Amino acid sequence: MFKWFGKVNFSPFTKVADFAQHLKEGHIMGSRCKTCGATSFPPRADCSECMSGDFEFFEISGKAKLHTYTKIVAAPTGFQDLAPYIVGVADLEETGRILAWIGETIKEDEIKIGMDVQVVPQIFDELEEIKVYYSLEKPGTSWTKM
Amino acid sequence: MSKVGIIGIGHGVFGRRSDATVQELAFEAFRTAMDDAGIERKDLDASVIGSVPEYHKQRSLAGVINEYLGLIPKPAWLTEVACASGSAAIRTAWMAIKAGVHDIIAVIGCQKMTELETPEILALMGRVGEVQWESIYGTTFPGYYSLFARRHMHEFGTTHEQLLKVAIKNHYYGAKNKYAFFQKEITMEKALASDMVAAPLQVFDCCVNADGAACVILANEDRAKEICKKPVVWLEGMGCATASMSVLRRPNLYSIPSAVEAGAQAYEMAGVGPGDIKVAEVHDCFTIAEIMAYEDLGFCKKGDGGRFIEDRQTYIGGKIPVNVDGGLKAKGHPIGTTGVSMTVEICKQLRGEAGERQVPNADIGLTHNVGGIGQYTFVHILKRED
Repeated sequence: MFKWFGKVNFSPFTKVADFAQHLKEGHIMGSRCKTCGATSFPPRADCSECMSGDFEFFEISGKAKLHTYTKIVAAPTGFQDLAPYIVGVADLEETGRILAWIGETIKEDEIKIGMDVQVVPQIFDELEEIKVYYSLEKPGTSWTKM
Repeated sequence: MSKVGIIGIGHGVFGRRSDATVQELAFEAFRTAMDDAGIERKDLDASVIGSVPEYHKQRSLAGVINEYLGLIPKPAWLTEVACASGSAAIRTAWMAIKAGVHDIIAVIGCQKMTELETPEILALMGRVGEVQWESIYGTTFPGYYSLFARRHMHEFGTTHEQLLKVAIKNHYYGAKNKYAFFQKEITMEKALASDMVAAPLQVFDCCVNADGAACVILANEDRAKEICKKPVVWLEGMGCATASMSVLRRPNLYSIPSAVEAGAQAYEMAGVGPGDIKVAEVHDCFTIAEIMAYEDLGFCKKGDGGRFIEDRQTYIGGKIPVNVDGGLKAKGHPIGTTGVSMTVEICKQLRGEAGERQVPNADIGLTHNVGGIGQYTFVHILKRED
Protein backbone atom coordinates (compact mmCIF):
# COMPACT_ATOMS: atom_id res chain seq x y z
CA MET A 1 0.00 0.00 0.00
CA PHE A 2 2.62 2.47 -1.05
CA LYS A 3 -0.03 5.10 -1.77
CA TRP A 4 -0.08 5.63 2.02
CA PHE A 5 3.43 7.04 1.85
CA GLY A 6 3.54 10.83 1.75
CA LYS A 7 0.97 13.59 2.03
CA VAL A 8 0.94 13.68 -1.76
CA ASN A 9 2.01 10.37 -3.28
CA PHE A 10 3.24 10.25 -6.88
CA SER A 11 4.21 6.57 -7.14
CA PRO A 12 1.60 4.21 -5.60
CA PHE A 13 3.03 1.06 -7.22
CA THR A 14 6.51 -0.20 -6.46
CA LYS A 15 8.32 -3.43 -5.68
CA VAL A 16 9.16 -2.02 -2.24
CA ALA A 17 5.51 -1.25 -1.40
CA ASP A 18 5.74 -3.10 1.94
CA PHE A 19 7.91 -0.22 3.16
CA ALA A 20 4.74 1.77 3.84
CA GLN A 21 3.15 -1.11 5.80
CA HIS A 22 6.26 -1.36 7.99
CA LEU A 23 6.29 2.40 8.43
CA LYS A 24 2.65 2.36 9.54
CA GLU A 25 3.67 -0.17 12.20
CA GLY A 26 6.51 2.03 13.37
CA HIS A 27 9.48 0.50 11.57
CA ILE A 28 11.79 2.19 9.09
CA MET A 29 13.24 -0.29 6.65
CA GLY A 30 16.22 -0.28 4.36
CA SER A 31 16.87 -2.97 1.76
CA ARG A 32 19.58 -5.60 1.66
CA CYS A 33 20.54 -7.56 -1.46
CA LYS A 34 20.20 -11.29 -0.75
CA THR A 35 22.88 -12.07 -3.33
CA CYS A 36 25.75 -9.70 -2.48
CA GLY A 37 24.61 -8.15 0.80
CA ALA A 38 24.69 -4.51 -0.38
CA THR A 39 22.38 -2.31 1.66
CA SER A 40 20.39 0.74 0.63
CA PHE A 41 18.27 3.52 1.98
CA PRO A 42 15.90 4.45 0.46
CA PRO A 43 15.20 0.75 -0.14
CA ARG A 44 15.42 -0.57 -3.69
CA ALA A 45 14.26 -3.86 -5.17
CA ASP A 46 17.10 -4.20 -7.65
CA CYS A 47 20.66 -4.18 -6.39
CA SER A 48 22.73 -1.29 -7.70
CA GLU A 49 25.93 -3.27 -7.07
CA CYS A 50 25.27 -6.74 -8.54
CA MET A 51 21.94 -6.18 -10.33
CA SER A 52 20.20 -8.97 -8.42
CA GLY A 53 16.45 -8.55 -7.95
CA ASP A 54 16.40 -10.63 -4.78
CA PHE A 55 16.15 -8.36 -1.75
CA GLU A 56 14.93 -8.29 1.84
CA PHE A 57 13.99 -5.47 4.19
CA PHE A 58 15.92 -4.82 7.36
CA GLU A 59 15.05 -2.33 10.08
CA ILE A 60 17.26 0.68 10.60
CA SER A 61 17.70 2.46 13.90
CA GLY A 62 16.80 5.87 12.51
CA LYS A 63 19.86 7.43 14.13
CA ALA A 64 21.24 10.07 11.79
CA LYS A 65 23.28 13.27 11.49
CA LEU A 66 21.90 16.32 9.74
CA HIS A 67 23.74 16.89 6.44
CA THR A 68 21.96 20.02 5.18
CA TYR A 69 18.53 21.69 5.30
CA THR A 70 16.32 24.38 3.78
CA LYS A 71 13.16 26.20 4.78
CA ILE A 72 10.75 26.08 1.86
CA VAL A 73 8.49 29.13 1.72
CA ALA A 74 7.21 28.93 -1.87
CA ALA A 75 5.50 25.53 -1.86
CA PRO A 76 4.19 23.39 -4.72
CA THR A 77 0.68 21.99 -5.15
CA GLY A 78 -0.47 19.96 -2.15
CA PHE A 79 1.97 21.54 0.28
CA GLN A 80 0.86 25.17 0.44
CA ASP A 81 -1.11 24.59 3.66
CA LEU A 82 2.07 23.38 5.37
CA ALA A 83 4.39 26.18 4.22
CA PRO A 84 6.81 27.26 5.42
CA TYR A 85 8.34 23.87 6.22
CA ILE A 86 11.90 22.79 6.85
CA VAL A 87 13.31 19.96 4.76
CA GLY A 88 16.43 18.25 6.06
CA VAL A 89 18.80 15.70 4.54
CA ALA A 90 20.48 13.42 7.06
CA ASP A 91 23.17 10.73 6.91
CA LEU A 92 21.81 7.52 8.41
CA GLU A 93 23.97 5.58 10.84
CA GLU A 94 23.51 2.24 9.04
CA THR A 95 23.29 3.10 5.36
CA GLY A 96 22.46 5.92 2.99
CA ARG A 97 20.74 9.25 3.45
CA ILE A 98 17.19 10.31 4.18
CA LEU A 99 15.22 13.41 3.24
CA ALA A 100 12.35 14.49 5.49
CA TRP A 101 10.75 17.39 7.31
CA ILE A 102 12.44 18.50 10.47
CA GLY A 103 9.72 17.90 13.04
CA GLU A 104 8.28 19.82 15.97
CA THR A 105 10.72 18.51 18.58
CA ILE A 106 13.52 20.58 17.02
CA LYS A 107 13.22 24.36 17.21
CA GLU A 108 14.30 26.27 14.13
CA ASP A 109 17.09 28.12 15.93
CA GLU A 110 18.50 24.83 17.22
CA ILE A 111 19.02 23.39 13.74
CA LYS A 112 22.69 22.87 12.90
CA ILE A 113 24.44 20.86 10.24
CA GLY A 114 26.10 17.87 11.91
CA MET A 115 23.57 17.63 14.76
CA ASP A 116 22.19 14.24 15.79
CA VAL A 117 18.63 13.56 14.72
CA GLN A 118 16.25 10.63 15.06
CA VAL A 119 14.08 9.49 12.16
CA VAL A 120 10.57 8.93 13.56
CA PRO A 121 7.62 7.28 11.78
CA GLN A 122 4.56 9.51 11.65
CA ILE A 123 0.91 9.34 10.64
CA PHE A 124 -1.00 12.38 9.41
CA ASP A 125 -3.85 12.46 11.93
CA GLU A 126 -5.63 15.39 10.32
CA LEU A 127 -6.27 13.50 7.08
CA GLU A 128 -9.13 11.05 6.54
CA GLU A 129 -7.15 8.54 4.50
CA ILE A 130 -4.15 6.78 5.94
CA LYS A 131 -1.04 8.84 5.20
CA VAL A 132 2.30 7.91 6.70
CA TYR A 133 5.68 9.58 6.58
CA TYR A 134 8.76 10.01 8.71
CA SER A 135 10.31 13.11 10.20
CA LEU A 136 13.64 14.16 11.69
CA GLU A 137 13.32 14.70 15.46
CA LYS A 138 15.42 15.17 18.57
CA PRO A 139 17.40 12.06 19.55
CA GLY A 140 15.35 9.99 21.96
CA THR A 141 12.03 10.84 20.37
CA SER A 142 10.14 7.60 19.93
CA TRP A 143 7.30 6.51 17.73
CA THR A 144 3.91 6.26 19.39
CA LYS A 145 0.81 4.86 17.77
CA MET A 146 -1.61 7.66 17.05
CA MET B 1 38.22 13.19 -38.48
CA SER B 2 36.21 16.15 -39.78
CA LYS B 3 35.54 18.96 -37.35
CA VAL B 4 32.09 20.43 -36.73
CA GLY B 5 31.64 24.18 -36.90
CA ILE B 6 28.95 26.73 -36.16
CA ILE B 7 28.20 28.74 -39.28
CA GLY B 8 25.10 30.68 -38.22
CA ILE B 9 23.55 32.02 -35.03
CA GLY B 10 20.19 33.53 -34.11
CA HIS B 11 18.66 34.70 -30.85
CA GLY B 12 15.15 35.95 -30.08
CA VAL B 13 14.05 38.30 -27.34
CA PHE B 14 13.55 36.51 -24.01
CA GLY B 15 10.70 37.43 -21.72
CA ARG B 16 6.98 37.02 -21.35
CA ARG B 17 6.21 36.55 -25.02
CA SER B 18 2.43 36.66 -25.09
CA ASP B 19 2.74 37.87 -28.69
CA ALA B 20 3.89 34.55 -30.12
CA THR B 21 3.43 30.79 -30.21
CA VAL B 22 6.40 28.52 -29.61
CA GLN B 23 6.80 27.83 -33.34
CA GLU B 24 6.72 31.57 -34.03
CA LEU B 25 9.47 32.06 -31.44
CA ALA B 26 11.45 29.27 -33.11
CA PHE B 27 10.99 30.95 -36.49
CA GLU B 28 12.53 34.25 -35.28
CA ALA B 29 15.73 32.58 -34.13
CA PHE B 30 15.88 30.22 -37.10
CA ARG B 31 15.40 33.00 -39.65
CA THR B 32 18.16 35.08 -38.05
CA ALA B 33 20.56 32.12 -37.95
CA MET B 34 19.90 31.20 -41.59
CA ASP B 35 20.50 34.80 -42.67
CA ASP B 36 23.65 34.86 -40.56
CA ALA B 37 24.92 31.67 -42.23
CA GLY B 38 23.85 32.88 -45.64
CA ILE B 39 22.23 29.60 -46.59
CA GLU B 40 18.77 28.53 -47.68
CA ARG B 41 16.48 25.85 -46.35
CA LYS B 42 17.37 23.49 -49.18
CA ASP B 43 20.93 23.44 -47.82
CA LEU B 44 19.82 21.94 -44.52
CA ASP B 45 19.79 18.19 -43.99
CA ALA B 46 17.86 18.04 -40.71
CA SER B 47 16.78 19.94 -37.63
CA VAL B 48 17.09 19.07 -33.94
CA ILE B 49 14.85 20.75 -31.40
CA GLY B 50 15.91 21.24 -27.77
CA SER B 51 12.85 21.72 -25.59
CA VAL B 52 11.09 20.37 -22.51
CA PRO B 53 7.70 19.12 -23.68
CA GLU B 54 5.67 19.32 -20.46
CA TYR B 55 5.57 23.13 -20.51
CA HIS B 56 3.72 23.29 -23.82
CA LYS B 57 0.09 22.73 -24.64
CA GLN B 58 1.25 21.49 -28.06
CA ARG B 59 2.46 17.91 -27.87
CA SER B 60 5.21 16.50 -30.10
CA LEU B 61 6.80 19.87 -30.71
CA ALA B 62 9.41 18.92 -33.32
CA GLY B 63 6.73 18.16 -35.90
CA VAL B 64 4.96 21.48 -35.47
CA ILE B 65 8.17 23.48 -35.59
CA ASN B 66 9.51 21.57 -38.59
CA GLU B 67 6.28 22.33 -40.43
CA TYR B 68 6.22 26.03 -39.48
CA LEU B 69 9.85 26.50 -40.53
CA GLY B 70 9.03 24.89 -43.89
CA LEU B 71 11.47 22.02 -43.52
CA ILE B 72 9.21 19.12 -44.42
CA PRO B 73 10.15 16.37 -45.41
CA LYS B 74 13.60 16.74 -43.82
CA PRO B 75 14.30 14.72 -40.66
CA ALA B 76 13.49 16.40 -37.33
CA TRP B 77 13.50 15.25 -33.74
CA LEU B 78 13.52 16.57 -30.20
CA THR B 79 15.96 16.08 -27.37
CA GLU B 80 15.00 16.37 -23.71
CA VAL B 81 17.23 16.41 -20.64
CA ALA B 82 15.43 19.07 -18.59
CA CYS B 83 17.26 22.43 -18.54
CA ALA B 84 20.12 20.98 -20.62
CA SER B 85 17.90 20.04 -23.57
CA GLY B 86 19.45 22.73 -25.79
CA SER B 87 22.98 21.42 -25.30
CA ALA B 88 21.73 17.88 -25.84
CA ALA B 89 20.33 19.03 -29.18
CA ILE B 90 23.73 20.48 -30.11
CA ARG B 91 25.51 17.30 -29.05
CA THR B 92 23.05 15.20 -31.05
CA ALA B 93 23.59 17.29 -34.19
CA TRP B 94 27.37 17.19 -33.63
CA MET B 95 27.20 13.39 -33.39
CA ALA B 96 25.14 13.11 -36.59
CA ILE B 97 27.61 15.29 -38.50
CA LYS B 98 30.64 13.50 -37.01
CA ALA B 99 29.11 10.21 -38.05
CA GLY B 100 28.78 11.49 -41.60
CA VAL B 101 25.02 10.99 -41.65
CA HIS B 102 24.25 14.69 -42.21
CA ASP B 103 26.33 17.67 -43.40
CA ILE B 104 24.35 20.68 -42.14
CA ILE B 105 21.87 20.72 -39.25
CA ALA B 106 19.81 23.48 -37.67
CA VAL B 107 19.66 23.22 -33.88
CA ILE B 108 16.76 25.13 -32.39
CA GLY B 109 16.22 25.64 -28.69
CA CYS B 110 12.72 26.88 -27.98
CA GLN B 111 10.52 27.09 -24.96
CA LYS B 112 7.33 28.87 -24.03
CA MET B 113 7.01 28.67 -20.27
CA THR B 114 4.23 31.16 -19.70
CA GLU B 115 1.56 29.12 -21.50
CA LEU B 116 0.73 27.23 -18.34
CA GLU B 117 -1.50 28.60 -15.58
CA THR B 118 -0.01 29.08 -12.12
CA PRO B 119 -1.62 25.91 -10.65
CA GLU B 120 -0.12 23.84 -13.47
CA ILE B 121 3.30 25.40 -12.83
CA LEU B 122 2.98 24.75 -9.10
CA ALA B 123 2.09 21.11 -9.77
CA LEU B 124 5.09 20.69 -12.10
CA MET B 125 7.29 22.42 -9.51
CA GLY B 126 6.35 19.71 -7.03
CA ARG B 127 7.74 16.94 -9.23
CA VAL B 128 11.22 18.23 -10.06
CA GLY B 129 12.91 15.89 -7.61
CA GLU B 130 12.89 12.14 -7.28
CA VAL B 131 9.16 11.63 -6.73
CA GLN B 132 9.13 8.38 -4.77
CA TRP B 133 11.23 9.44 -1.77
CA GLU B 134 11.74 13.21 -2.03
CA SER B 135 8.85 15.04 -3.72
CA ILE B 136 6.48 13.68 -1.07
CA TYR B 137 8.07 16.27 1.25
CA GLY B 138 7.24 19.18 -1.04
CA THR B 139 10.74 19.68 -2.41
CA THR B 140 11.23 22.31 -5.12
CA PHE B 141 14.02 23.45 -7.46
CA PRO B 142 15.03 26.36 -5.22
CA GLY B 143 14.72 23.99 -2.28
CA TYR B 144 17.30 21.61 -3.72
CA TYR B 145 19.72 24.39 -4.58
CA SER B 146 19.24 25.73 -1.05
CA LEU B 147 20.32 22.35 0.27
CA PHE B 148 23.49 22.75 -1.83
CA ALA B 149 23.94 26.38 -0.74
CA ARG B 150 23.63 25.57 2.96
CA ARG B 151 26.13 22.72 2.70
CA HIS B 152 28.53 24.89 0.68
CA MET B 153 28.31 27.58 3.37
CA HIS B 154 28.98 24.95 6.03
CA GLU B 155 31.97 23.43 4.22
CA PHE B 156 33.66 26.59 2.97
CA GLY B 157 32.23 29.57 4.84
CA THR B 158 30.53 30.93 1.73
CA THR B 159 28.15 33.78 2.60
CA HIS B 160 24.76 34.72 1.25
CA GLU B 161 26.11 38.14 0.23
CA GLN B 162 28.70 36.38 -1.92
CA LEU B 163 25.91 34.44 -3.63
CA LEU B 164 23.97 37.63 -4.31
CA LYS B 165 27.06 39.19 -5.87
CA VAL B 166 26.56 36.68 -8.70
CA ALA B 167 23.06 38.08 -9.26
CA ILE B 168 24.36 41.65 -9.15
CA LYS B 169 27.01 40.84 -11.79
CA ASN B 170 24.56 39.05 -14.05
CA HIS B 171 22.04 41.90 -13.86
CA TYR B 172 24.87 44.36 -14.57
CA TYR B 173 25.52 42.57 -17.87
CA GLY B 174 21.85 41.78 -18.52
CA ALA B 175 21.26 45.54 -18.53
CA LYS B 176 23.53 45.68 -21.59
CA ASN B 177 21.85 42.82 -23.48
CA LYS B 178 18.87 43.79 -25.62
CA TYR B 179 17.65 40.18 -25.73
CA ALA B 180 17.51 39.85 -21.93
CA PHE B 181 14.28 39.60 -19.91
CA PHE B 182 15.60 41.96 -17.19
CA GLN B 183 17.68 44.78 -18.60
CA LYS B 184 18.12 46.42 -15.22
CA GLU B 185 20.87 46.51 -12.66
CA ILE B 186 20.15 45.56 -9.05
CA THR B 187 21.71 46.48 -5.72
CA MET B 188 22.62 44.39 -2.70
CA GLU B 189 19.96 46.22 -0.65
CA LYS B 190 17.27 45.34 -3.17
CA ALA B 191 18.43 41.72 -3.42
CA LEU B 192 18.51 41.28 0.36
CA ALA B 193 15.04 42.79 0.66
CA SER B 194 13.49 40.34 -1.81
CA ASP B 195 11.08 37.61 -0.65
CA MET B 196 12.38 34.35 0.73
CA VAL B 197 11.82 31.41 -1.63
CA ALA B 198 13.66 28.54 0.07
CA ALA B 199 16.00 29.75 2.79
CA PRO B 200 18.72 30.82 2.35
CA LEU B 201 17.76 31.53 -1.27
CA GLN B 202 15.64 34.62 -1.97
CA VAL B 203 13.90 35.81 -5.13
CA PHE B 204 17.09 37.46 -6.38
CA ASP B 205 19.01 34.20 -6.01
CA CYS B 206 16.69 32.57 -8.54
CA CYS B 207 16.52 32.85 -12.31
CA VAL B 208 13.18 33.50 -13.94
CA ASN B 209 11.10 31.34 -16.27
CA ALA B 210 10.93 32.93 -19.71
CA ASP B 211 9.79 32.38 -23.26
CA GLY B 212 12.30 32.50 -26.05
CA ALA B 213 14.23 30.71 -28.77
CA ALA B 214 17.77 30.52 -30.08
CA CYS B 215 19.29 28.74 -33.07
CA VAL B 216 22.70 27.61 -34.27
CA ILE B 217 23.53 26.07 -37.65
CA LEU B 218 26.14 23.31 -37.53
CA ALA B 219 28.13 22.08 -40.51
CA ASN B 220 30.96 19.67 -41.23
CA GLU B 221 34.43 21.08 -41.82
CA ASP B 222 34.32 21.20 -45.61
CA ARG B 223 30.89 22.80 -45.85
CA ALA B 224 31.63 25.22 -43.00
CA LYS B 225 34.80 26.49 -44.68
CA GLU B 226 33.02 26.72 -48.01
CA ILE B 227 29.90 28.54 -46.75
CA CYS B 228 30.94 30.67 -43.82
CA LYS B 229 31.92 34.28 -44.55
CA LYS B 230 32.47 34.96 -40.84
CA PRO B 231 35.02 33.18 -38.65
CA VAL B 232 33.84 29.62 -38.06
CA VAL B 233 33.43 28.68 -34.41
CA TRP B 234 34.46 25.05 -33.95
CA LEU B 235 33.06 22.59 -31.42
CA GLU B 236 36.38 21.36 -30.04
CA GLY B 237 35.51 19.77 -26.71
CA MET B 238 32.21 18.04 -26.06
CA GLY B 239 31.70 16.73 -22.54
CA CYS B 240 28.54 15.08 -21.25
CA ALA B 241 27.92 13.26 -17.98
CA THR B 242 25.22 12.33 -15.51
CA ALA B 243 24.76 12.22 -11.74
CA SER B 244 22.07 10.68 -9.57
CA MET B 245 18.65 12.29 -9.65
CA SER B 246 18.32 11.75 -5.93
CA VAL B 247 20.30 13.98 -3.59
CA LEU B 248 20.36 10.97 -1.28
CA ARG B 249 22.75 9.18 -3.64
CA ARG B 250 25.20 11.99 -4.46
CA PRO B 251 28.82 11.78 -3.27
CA ASN B 252 28.49 15.30 -1.81
CA LEU B 253 26.03 18.18 -1.80
CA TYR B 254 28.37 21.11 -2.47
CA SER B 255 29.31 20.28 -6.06
CA ILE B 256 27.63 18.96 -9.22
CA PRO B 257 29.55 15.75 -10.00
CA SER B 258 28.24 15.53 -13.58
CA ALA B 259 29.69 19.00 -14.24
CA VAL B 260 33.11 17.99 -12.93
CA GLU B 261 33.09 14.92 -15.18
CA ALA B 262 31.70 16.67 -18.28
CA GLY B 263 34.22 19.49 -17.81
CA ALA B 264 37.13 17.06 -17.60
CA GLN B 265 35.98 15.34 -20.81
CA ALA B 266 35.62 18.64 -22.68
CA TYR B 267 39.05 19.93 -21.58
CA GLU B 268 40.68 16.67 -22.61
CA MET B 269 39.01 16.56 -26.02
CA ALA B 270 39.81 20.20 -26.75
CA GLY B 271 43.36 19.87 -25.41
CA VAL B 272 42.98 22.93 -23.18
CA GLY B 273 42.65 23.65 -19.48
CA PRO B 274 40.51 26.01 -17.39
CA GLY B 275 43.21 28.69 -17.66
CA ASP B 276 42.83 28.78 -21.44
CA ILE B 277 39.14 29.70 -21.39
CA LYS B 278 38.66 33.40 -22.17
CA VAL B 279 34.88 33.61 -21.67
CA ALA B 280 32.31 31.24 -20.21
CA GLU B 281 28.58 30.81 -20.05
CA VAL B 282 27.57 28.78 -16.99
CA HIS B 283 24.23 27.51 -15.73
CA ASP B 284 23.26 30.05 -13.05
CA CYS B 285 19.71 28.81 -12.45
CA PHE B 286 20.43 29.88 -8.87
CA THR B 287 23.30 32.01 -7.57
CA ILE B 288 24.85 29.02 -5.77
CA ALA B 289 24.85 27.15 -9.08
CA GLU B 290 27.22 29.70 -10.62
CA ILE B 291 29.52 29.51 -7.58
CA MET B 292 29.62 25.70 -7.86
CA ALA B 293 30.25 26.01 -11.61
CA TYR B 294 33.39 28.14 -11.03
CA GLU B 295 34.72 25.37 -8.83
CA ASP B 296 33.48 22.35 -10.79
CA LEU B 297 35.05 23.73 -13.99
CA GLY B 298 38.34 24.56 -12.27
CA PHE B 299 38.13 28.35 -12.72
CA CYS B 300 38.99 28.52 -9.03
CA LYS B 301 39.73 25.99 -6.28
CA LYS B 302 36.91 24.02 -4.67
CA GLY B 303 35.43 26.21 -1.94
CA ASP B 304 36.85 29.48 -3.31
CA GLY B 305 33.83 30.34 -5.48
CA GLY B 306 32.41 32.87 -3.04
CA ARG B 307 35.67 34.77 -2.79
CA PHE B 308 36.13 34.49 -6.57
CA ILE B 309 32.99 36.54 -7.25
CA GLU B 310 33.72 38.85 -4.32
CA ASP B 311 37.05 39.67 -5.99
CA ARG B 312 35.16 40.35 -9.26
CA GLN B 313 37.19 37.68 -11.06
CA THR B 314 34.22 36.78 -13.28
CA TYR B 315 33.62 40.32 -14.55
CA ILE B 316 35.19 41.44 -17.83
CA GLY B 317 38.76 42.33 -16.84
CA GLY B 318 38.84 39.56 -14.22
CA LYS B 319 40.42 36.13 -14.49
CA ILE B 320 37.52 34.59 -16.45
CA PRO B 321 34.46 36.60 -17.47
CA VAL B 322 31.32 34.52 -16.84
CA ASN B 323 27.76 35.11 -18.06
CA VAL B 324 28.47 38.53 -19.53
CA ASP B 325 25.14 38.29 -21.39
CA GLY B 326 23.22 38.36 -18.09
CA GLY B 327 23.12 34.61 -17.54
CA LEU B 328 19.94 32.74 -16.76
CA LYS B 329 19.43 35.20 -13.92
CA ALA B 330 18.89 38.37 -15.95
CA LYS B 331 18.49 37.04 -19.49
CA GLY B 332 15.79 34.59 -18.37
CA HIS B 333 15.69 30.81 -18.53
CA PRO B 334 13.49 29.30 -21.26
CA ILE B 335 14.73 25.92 -20.18
CA GLY B 336 15.07 24.06 -23.49
CA THR B 337 16.54 27.15 -25.16
CA THR B 338 19.23 27.95 -22.61
CA GLY B 339 22.03 25.70 -23.92
CA VAL B 340 21.60 27.10 -27.44
CA SER B 341 21.41 30.67 -26.12
CA MET B 342 24.71 30.14 -24.26
CA THR B 343 26.28 28.86 -27.48
CA VAL B 344 25.04 31.87 -29.45
CA GLU B 345 26.62 34.19 -26.87
CA ILE B 346 29.97 32.37 -27.00
CA CYS B 347 29.93 32.53 -30.81
CA LYS B 348 29.29 36.30 -30.65
CA GLN B 349 32.15 36.68 -28.20
CA LEU B 350 34.56 34.59 -30.31
CA ARG B 351 33.57 36.45 -33.47
CA GLY B 352 34.00 39.81 -31.73
CA GLU B 353 30.33 40.74 -32.17
CA ALA B 354 29.37 41.23 -28.51
CA GLY B 355 29.44 45.04 -28.58
CA GLU B 356 29.87 46.71 -25.21
CA ARG B 357 29.90 43.29 -23.53
CA GLN B 358 32.84 42.11 -25.67
CA VAL B 359 35.57 40.23 -23.82
CA PRO B 360 38.92 41.31 -25.33
CA ASN B 361 40.91 38.65 -27.22
CA ALA B 362 38.28 35.96 -26.76
CA ASP B 363 39.34 32.98 -28.87
CA ILE B 364 38.29 30.04 -26.68
CA GLY B 365 34.94 29.90 -24.90
CA LEU B 366 33.01 27.40 -22.82
CA THR B 367 29.36 26.58 -22.16
CA HIS B 368 28.19 24.69 -19.05
CA ASN B 369 24.56 23.62 -19.19
CA VAL B 370 23.04 21.67 -16.29
CA GLY B 371 19.82 19.67 -16.46
CA GLY B 372 17.58 19.46 -13.42
CA ILE B 373 19.57 19.56 -10.21
CA GLY B 374 22.63 18.11 -11.91
CA GLN B 375 21.34 14.82 -13.30
CA TYR B 376 22.87 15.88 -16.61
CA THR B 377 25.62 18.31 -17.50
CA PHE B 378 26.98 19.26 -20.91
CA VAL B 379 30.23 21.22 -21.16
CA HIS B 380 31.21 22.42 -24.62
CA ILE B 381 34.44 24.17 -25.56
CA LEU B 382 34.37 26.36 -28.66
CA LYS B 383 37.29 27.82 -30.57
CA ARG B 384 37.45 30.49 -33.23
CA GLU B 385 39.21 29.67 -36.47
CA ASP B 386 42.32 31.75 -36.92
